[in-house]
Amino acid sequence: MAYLLQQIINGLQLGSVYALIALGYTLVYGIIRLINFAHGDVFMIGAYLGFYAILRFNLPFPVALIFAMLGCAVIGIVIEKLAYRPLRNAPRIACLITALGVSLFLENFTSLKFLFGPNYLAYPRPFAVVNYNIGSLTISNIQILVFVIAILLMILLQIFVTKTKTGMAMRAVAYDKSTAQLMGINIDYIITITFGVGSALAGAGGVLFGIAYPQIHPFMGIMPGLKAFVAAVLGGIGIIPGAMLGAGIMGMVEVLTSAYISSTMRDAIAFLVLLIVLLIKPAGLLGKSSIEKV
Amino acid sequence: MTSISNIKKQTSKIKIILLVILFYIVLQLLMSAQIINPYWQQIICYAGVMTISALGLNLIYGFTGQFSLGHAAFFGIGAYTSAFIIKSANFSNPLLLIIGLIAGCILAGIIALLIGLPILRLRSDYLAIATLGFGIIVKVLFDNADAVFPVLGGSRGMVGIPQLTTFTWVLVIVILAVLILRNLINSAPGRALVSVREDEIASEAVGVNTTKYKTLGFVIGSMFAGIAGALYAHLYAFLHPQNFDFLKSIDVLLIVVLGGMASISGTLIAAVVWVLILEGLRVVLPEAVLDWRLVIYPLLLILIMIFKPTGIFGGKEFKFLHYGDKNE
Repeated sequence: MAYLLQQIINGLQLGSVYALIALGYTLVYGIIRLINFAHGDVFMIGAYLGFYAILRFNLPFPVALIFAMLGCAVIGIVIEKLAYRPLRNAPRIACLITALGVSLFLENFTSLKFLFGPNYLAYPRPFAVVNYNIGSLTISNIQILVFVIAILLMILLQIFVTKTKTGMAMRAVAYDKSTAQLMGINIDYIITITFGVGSALAGAGGVLFGIAYPQIHPFMGIMPGLKAFVAAVLGGIGIIPGAMLGAGIMGMVEVLTSAYISSTMRDAIAFLVLLIVLLIKPAGLLGKSSIEKV
Repeated sequence: MTSISNIKKQTSKIKIILLVILFYIVLQLLMSAQIINPYWQQIICYAGVMTISALGLNLIYGFTGQFSLGHAAFFGIGAYTSAFIIKSANFSNPLLLIIGLIAGCILAGIIALLIGLPILRLRSDYLAIATLGFGIIVKVLFDNADAVFPVLGGSRGMVGIPQLTTFTWVLVIVILAVLILRNLINSAPGRALVSVREDEIASEAVGVNTTKYKTLGFVIGSMFAGIAGALYAHLYAFLHPQNFDFLKSIDVLLIVVLGGMASISGTLIAAVVWVLILEGLRVVLPEAVLDWRLVIYPLLLILIMIFKPTGIFGGKEFKFLHYGDKNE
């Protein structure tokens, strides 16, 4: 029982990181119906920005986190401007292929030696790890930090989306793009903001991932990115609470698979979940299925 | 008039056949005379393997319009199946490779049928994600395959596969693949495939069984991947699950997209050029420049999507790949 509880705590930690990435997927998909494959790589860049901020510039952890978030927001916005905007009215698959291209580009470009380099790097811990024992459970301050920051950012996002005028415009664009435009909403501006916010969350996710699982490399974004996407689909893509729920489940599933079945099977189980969801309830747990109109 | 044009067609057909035979003899002579060294021989064969696999994906994506990101999985299924059979039976005669090729091809087809029937109901990006998930699951299974079949080697890789793939085998299969694909897409089922790509709802409305044809395209395309995988296994004599991961599926996609959607000629050119540049430049260029190759490919992909989304040869074909009385 204690072992199971311990695994659930580990699952929550992983799930919080996935949630931060999944939110970016869901926001972008909600607005322009694009699976932004490059999102996992923005997450990777976030981890590296945090790495440099902590190690090279000796910034304190909160500043490093904000630096990584801002940096990723800028990168996300630039990617949208250069790669996705010219394809605004293209078929969805063309956009998808472009997103794959952007993803590969970021991975291979950052692997170049004058940038991040192709090697694994050990991530610096901004403070000493302290383990708290509650009964037979062990919780580290890192786990608490990851969890608290993730929750905090999600609350901020929820407030932004539901309470501010820009957030309302975002929801309007997601609901009906052309009507929103008729109401005087600047679609391009909203898309830019969406990419910025989503990428900033991914950047935060990258830094937290780096602290929690202290090893980074330029291809580290692929798997967490894909799994976060699975989480977004599981919860119902385009729905913010759905992404959080899905990410929580994915984190749990993955950790429990490693604990009770086999750690080599965890990727397979994660994507098995995806296939099952797509076949049984493609709209996701919280999504409403829509009927296709001719 | 018709008889003259018929004679013309006949002579051009003979010309093509003679050219192919000439090409084969010249390359074969250069190879046996060691003017093309074994390294380059392997690369030429690899180019053929990639061509077959890419033709399969072009059938699935270019002609039928079903976006698949799991192509490398079927390639891997073909590779492991053939390697398993040939290695277990300890065949050493290159002619017996046919058993492995057929087995790899058929198993890839069966699995494509089983997986295709449920997931081909999904559309565009959802299908992409589902096939991607399938590809990752298959790769994990390869990683753990040694638990059931120790001979497959799991994540340590499979070694000691008889090296039976010859240039002759590769060329024969490439020609067969081109012919099958050309004849298929010009047949009634082929037109049904294209109609599904153009407008699924409209083709269903005029009585095309879209599920059947989507599955047909997917299964045949995956069988191409399976047979290509089998050739690959006996070309390098070493298999590793890493060779069949998600990034390899993107490689094939890159060839199809660069060469051109629904263009056999484009795929032929793109596959050969892609392999020759990717592998060939490895010996010529300094390492610092080599890293940039992998940066340039994705950039090319993005640029093509922005400026010519159907690819360089999109929808166009060489004359000899035309079929029947097309007025060109």
